[in-house]
Amino acid sequence: MTKDKAHISVQDLNVHIGGNHILKDINIDIPNKSVTSIIGPSGCGKTTLLKTFNRLHDTAADVKVTGKVLVDGEDIYDPNTEITHIRKKMGLLSQRPYPLPMSIYDNVAYGPRIHGIRKKQDLDIIVEKQLKATALWNEVKDRLNSSATRLSIGQQQRLCLARGLAVGPEIILGDESTSALDPVSTSIIEDLFVKLKQDYSIVLVTHILRQAARVSDYIIFVYNGRIVEYGKTEQVLRDPHEELTKEYVKGYIV
Amino acid sequence: MLLFTVLSVSLVFIIGIGLYYKSIPVLQNSTWWHLLTSSVWKPLKGLFGFYPYIMGTLWVTGIAIIIALPLCVLTSLYIVEYAHSRVRRILMPFVNLLSGIPPVIFGVWGVLFIIPLIQDHIAPHFVEFSTGYSVLAGGIVLAVMIFPLIVSIINEVLRTMPQELKDASLALGATKWETVKKVILRKALPGIIAATVLAISRAFGETIAVLMVCGNNAVVPHSVFDAGYPLPALIANNYGDMMSIPLYDSALMFAALLLFIIILLFNIISRIILTRLERRISA
Amino acid sequence: MRRRNLEELFFKFLMVLATLIVGGSFFLIVGTIFYKGAPYMTFDMLTKIPGGGFYIGKEGGILNAIIGSMYVAGGATILGLIISIPVAIYINMYMDGQKFLANTLRMVFDVLFGIPSIVYGAFGFLIMVYFGLRASLLGGIIAVTLLVIPILVRTLDEVIRTVPLELRDAALSLGSTRWETAKVVLRAIRPGIITAILISFGRAIGDVAAVLFTAGFSDNIPTSLHEPAATLPLAIFFQLGSPIEEVQGRGYASALILTIVVLIITILSELLVKKFYKHKS
Repeated sequence: MTKDKAHISVQDLNVHIGGNHILKDINIDIPNKSVTSIIGPSGCGKTTLLKTFNRLHDTAADVKVTGKVLVDGEDIYDPNTEITHIRKKMGLLSQRPYPLPMSIYDNVAYGPRIHGIRKKQDLDIIVEKQLKATALWNEVKDRLNSSATRLSIGQQQRLCLARGLAVGPEIILGDESTSALDPVSTSIIEDLFVKLKQDYSIVLVTHILRQAARVSDYIIFVYNGRIVEYGKTEQVLRDPHEELTKEYVKGYIV
Repeated sequence: MLLFTVLSVSLVFIIGIGLYYKSIPVLQNSTWWHLLTSSVWKPLKGLFGFYPYIMGTLWVTGIAIIIALPLCVLTSLYIVEYAHSRVRRILMPFVNLLSGIPPVIFGVWGVLFIIPLIQDHIAPHFVEFSTGYSVLAGGIVLAVMIFPLIVSIINEVLRTMPQELKDASLALGATKWETVKKVILRKALPGIIAATVLAISRAFGETIAVLMVCGNNAVVPHSVFDAGYPLPALIANNYGDMMSIPLYDSALMFAALLLFIIILLFNIISRIILTRLERRISA
Repeated sequence: MRRRNLEELFFKFLMVLATLIVGGSFFLIVGTIFYKGAPYMTFDMLTKIPGGGFYIGKEGGILNAIIGSMYVAGGATILGLIISIPVAIYINMYMDGQKFLANTLRMVFDVLFGIPSIVYGAFGFLIMVYFGLRASLLGGIIAVTLLVIPILVRTLDEVIRTVPLELRDAALSLGSTRWETAKVVLRAIRPGIITAILISFGRAIGDVAAVLFTAGFSDNIPTSLHEPAATLPLAIFFQLGSPIEEVQGRGYASALILTIVVLIITILSELLVKKFYKHKS
């Protein structure tokens, strides 16, 4: 039962950016402890939708958001909501890895330090745990103090994931997180998503249908700023109800 | 075209060689080391110690950087990271206008505004008496003169910071200021250093505005309220006597050579840092 | 949580304060100059040469310095353009295969731009001594020309780089020689050239250190290149040093005149730059 409880609940969400209506009347419940993929052609608004979940639009000018986004029942667009608290609940994995300009260790320890963990011992434990969780520990344990930018792109992306997990989030948001990676790194990240869904709710934006099929339990198909179809992965890909979805997933079935 | 290009580029070398050639007499009379470290300045006896002038230059430049750098970094951060783009569009034209104001006007402003301010309102809190004509006055005037230079370079550097990097820090629950402090400033450090080096070299060479406010007393300053006598002011003030006293013209050309070498080095360093930064970001 | 937000607020306050200081300094300077200079501003200032010597005479204006400055800044800008336009074209159109060399040249001009005017003044003085010239209008023009060449080259270089490659290629593919193409490019950047002229003129008219040794000073309007010429900034500097109140006042008024002239030039060039880039994009 807990598995299907809504973790993120979006109600009547509308987003305008610089006068353009990007997202229109979005209503959706994203379930707990599973992987949900948002698919759709580029420019359809899927990344915008993902960013409304942790209010990263706050950093851009000219963005107007109306409606509600409830996380654990709390409206994150309520003016009284502490924004840093919301963001701490969600780890973000962006399109390309952006390691912070510091060492591998400090990258992972960055979040915990900000949230008040100062003791070296505690930090050591967190860093080791998260680097192990992202299958990076064995590759970097001898050079934790070297600059994070020296890692390969694939390693950097896993480091970014470890960095996100270190603040103890409940939700992981992935924005085409494998689009800059080679096939081997991609499959490592995909495997991690599948493993991590036992402890986290995961929302991914992807334009690769095969990836959505491989890792997700649910699929949201967005087209032109609207949600066209939302259902279990198998159903959306094999037996779509909507004509538009059928068109879009046609390539996958053959 | 090629001729003009070669000629104008070789200006750097021609100036350097020309100044050096003219400095040879005073260098034959004394050593580099002696010229730079001696405090005895007796042109009629052929003694030229540049130490007080070098110290005057360093004091004025140091004060200017200490005042201008924090102000400019904070201003740039506000303009680029915090303020609405409207603020930038309104503010930056005035910063550009500031950079167009001639040095002599800064000097006049220093005499009319900064000197009385120091004499009547700042100095009495610290020392018994000050005319206001001091290295502090020179430093303040210079600081304002280098505002536009520093702000515009740091603005450019900050604007090249990828949004995703800021998002990465924000997404971890950092506040905006924490992101600025721990990520943006660290990433922008080479650019800020380059801006500072460029500003220092600009401050070193500034002549007339500093000359008008810093007292021109050839002793090594011991406090910010002491008068100082920077190198460019030395050159500018004494050009009239230059030809009448033997070796004097050579000594002043040596001062110009000194300025030229220091500024050349600083400029090259900062340009190299900035070009590297540009390349790294565009790559 | 509270402490973190307080820290954020504190630094935001500091930032606003710093921005007000940096932005406000412009108004403070211009305000001071207006406040002090306006009472001494008379029509005579603009139309008469000083009576009874610039340092002690209480009569007359600074027409000599205004004209002198126009001659020096104008002459230097024209001479600078004659040298800079070919250089900028050469860097951009004749060095296609040598990007590294072209960029190194750009850096050299940046470095030249950073050399202080007092060094140009000292060097200009050396040239004059070498050729046996006295402090004169010609000497001033030579020294200031050296000063403005790097400014002109880099400004023109930036402007030429905004000309779309297609335009150059189109001209070249029609069978024009590079020089003919250069002429097409020059026509396309005409507003940019005017901007460069304004920037150079603004810098030249305000500079003291370069003309100090080289242009000399005179109470009269120069009638030939070999006569010494007064310049506005130098007139301000000398008048301010006078013990006589009226002369000091004339210094303030001269400062006001120079400020207004330079502000007008800067604003014009800013507007032109804006228009030029809007036109391009």
